[in-house]
Amino acid sequence: MATKTSVPFNGTAEQEKRLHEVIDAHRADPGALMPVLQQAQEIYGYLPIEVQKIISNEMEIPLEKIYGVVTFYAQFSLYPKGKYNISVCLGTACYVKGSGDIYDKLQEILGIGDGECTADGRFSLEACRCIGACGLAPVLTVNEDVYGRLTTDKVKEILDKYE
Amino acid sequence: MKSLQEIQQICETMHPELELRHEGSSEASSKYQKHVLICGGTGCTSSGSMAIADALEKELVANGLEEKIQVVKTGCFGLCALGPIMIVYPEGTFYSRIKAKHVPQIVKEHLIEGNPVKELLYDETVTDEGIKSLNETSFYKKQHRVALRNCGVINPENIDEYIARDGYKALAKVVNEMTPEDVIQTILDSGLRGRGGGGFPTGMKWKLARTIVPDADQKYVCCNADEGDPGAFMDRSVLEGDPHVVLEAMSIAGYAIGATQGYIYVRAEYPIAVERLKIAIQQAREYGTLGKNIFGSDFSFDIDLRLGAGAFVCGEETALMTSIEGNRGEPRPRPPFPAEKGLYKKPTILNNVETYANVPQIILNGAQWFASMGTEKSKGTKVFALGGKIKNTGLVEVPMGTTLREVIEEIGGGIPNGKKFKAAQTGGPSGGCISPENYDVPIDYDNLIAIGSMMGSGGLIVMDEDNCMVDIAKFFLEFTVDESCGKCTPCRIGTKRMYEMLDKITKGQAELADLDKLEELCYYIKANSLCGLGQTAPNPVLSTLKNFRDEYEAHVVAKKCPAGVCKDLLQFTIVPDKCVGCGLCAKNCPVHAIEQGNTPGKNPKRNAFVIDSSKCIKCGVCMSNCRPNAITRG
Repeated sequence: MATKTSVPFNGTAEQEKRLHEVIDAHRADPGALMPVLQQAQEIYGYLPIEVQKIISNEMEIPLEKIYGVVTFYAQFSLYPKGKYNISVCLGTACYVKGSGDIYDKLQEILGIGDGECTADGRFSLEACRCIGACGLAPVLTVNEDVYGRLTTDKVKEILDKYE
Repeated sequence: MKSLQEIQQICETMHPELELRHEGSSEASSKYQKHVLICGGTGCTSSGSMAIADALEKELVANGLEEKIQVVKTGCFGLCALGPIMIVYPEGTFYSRIKAKHVPQIVKEHLIEGNPVKELLYDETVTDEGIKSLNETSFYKKQHRVALRNCGVINPENIDEYIARDGYKALAKVVNEMTPEDVIQTILDSGLRGRGGGGFPTGMKWKLARTIVPDADQKYVCCNADEGDPGAFMDRSVLEGDPHVVLEAMSIAGYAIGATQGYIYVRAEYPIAVERLKIAIQQAREYGTLGKNIFGSDFSFDIDLRLGAGAFVCGEETALMTSIEGNRGEPRPRPPFPAEKGLYKKPTILNNVETYANVPQIILNGAQWFASMGTEKSKGTKVFALGGKIKNTGLVEVPMGTTLREVIEEIGGGIPNGKKFKAAQTGGPSGGCISPENYDVPIDYDNLIAIGSMMGSGGLIVMDEDNCMVDIAKFFLEFTVDESCGKCTPCRIGTKRMYEMLDKITKGQAELADLDKLEELCYYIKANSLCGLGQTAPNPVLSTLKNFRDEYEAHVVAKKCPAGVCKDLLQFTIVPDKCVGCGLCAKNCPVHAIEQGNTPGKNPKRNAFVIDSSKCIKCGVCMSNCRPNAITRG
């Protein structure tokens, strides 16, 4: 979970309209909360309390239950991520091949810890637990881009690709 | 909607096309002269295989060959270490580690002139006598692909190709010729056991769901596609490479237990798999293999996707169901079991992706066919995801009873860089480590438990002499502490205490008696946790304590890490008679812990340098800078 940024909520009317459309589309589904939260996070990038309140009102689910679900699952984020989200795989196959060192190196270069975002909002860093590309271990992703067969000296050149 | 006859017609038309994708087949069967298959699984896609496919399509058009040569994007071939992979049929030539820039050469020399580009081929297939068949290479020779049958052969986004390889024939047979009891008996007789790790007889599970509440107004069929074990990607490859097999099998299961609705709970970390499943479901609905009155029978069945959200515990059956219901993924006590009261309190079965992948073949080929493979109590085959310190990382499927030695040394190609095999970890965070003396144990459910590990979902991580088994146990505990849902005290607090004890051990702060305390705590947590996560969290600790006790004792008695991993126990020392006195180590030391000492080095006129261990932060920079290799770590 990302921390430390106190960025005020900047939801637009357009985003709220899309959120209402998502909720309407799922009205008939039992167990609709998870898909609604997942799509809400796609719309806003994260799930601040303001968005949770809208969902609570519309779906008539208590806010504390929604908050409980959002804080339970690792994928849901209460805080915004950086422009480029770096996810280092610390799954067994990657760990055994040294991804822990790569993770440490990234923290050192960027000056941030797990779940944090750089002050300029460019990079955020997190550890993930296996994306299934174990044949390429060790692996990290930057947004949608996947980098495999890594060593610590390749880390800087990967970061330099991102403005 | 397509009738059964129309589906059979598609099979008859497409079958010859697909036949070309076998080594040495005749070109006359297909309207194309060649099929070029390119792996579109996550591993190869991340290495640019889609750019290669695009480049190939353009190059073929530029040469006027697009009517003669078909480019097919398939699922995983299994040899991920050599990706991106391209196979040309009917020859069966296997190109490995290719890039988009290789495409023009392959098109010109191989596809047009008929000469495979030898330097781009998988080196084991290139012999003096010519190009060896892929099926004779050490990676593929002992494999028997049942669950992975279609992966790497068909285009997973084309339902017709699935049908061409007998897709949906099993479902047609089931709804037209078999009763639900027949289906259940067939699965029981086959001996199929849950491939997610539990090993529970699948036929038994279906029978219970059918019979405990026979007149339930609704029943559910669920698929556990939450493959959370780090290092496991068997299910991902089936979902990406052959999604229809899961849909067909779930429909068969629905018929057997009397359900009309299925859910596939797939982890969101698998975007390609999610996409392929969505396409497959849509196609199945269009063709009527999902929906009302399937193949004109009374049986109706539909499937919806539910995405996970990053919680390992949701791979546990009751946690998975409660997550679908829109709650925190917390397990609940059993009984009642899901076969009686599961999703929305209705009778539910939950099976793993790989379990389902075996079902259509069992229906078509019969229970005896399946039971003829494997060992007495573990029938069929198992898919393993080979990872870690092994040459051929990737996906393999072998008959149960294959030994660990065969998997690691023959199929896996052994340990790279001349290192020694130390342990193979199976079962992920719920499993254990197998040591070299058990190399020749035939792999099956019961044998692995007997030697202190378990089958698990199929992740098999190989470790060498440079891995510390105490550190590995700690690594798994760190994972389990993070993923524990927090509901029950033994797991929530117990795993944390175990982690802290392991941390102390790796820092040289523990004593011999602490090992006994740790073991006692492990047994307590196993016996008292609410669900499988807590009940199996101590397994990596117990198995490493049993098979690698000497390593633990070195950490607590001698305060040393034999593998040289646990930083706090490392001592970097400069060997005086190897030190040439260049001072590079001192110059690069970030904490100025190195100075020239008073004893002569290799050159008697230059004193050797000395590391002050009280200042040393064990970063290893000195060692990586030392040209005469005069610095030891241990």
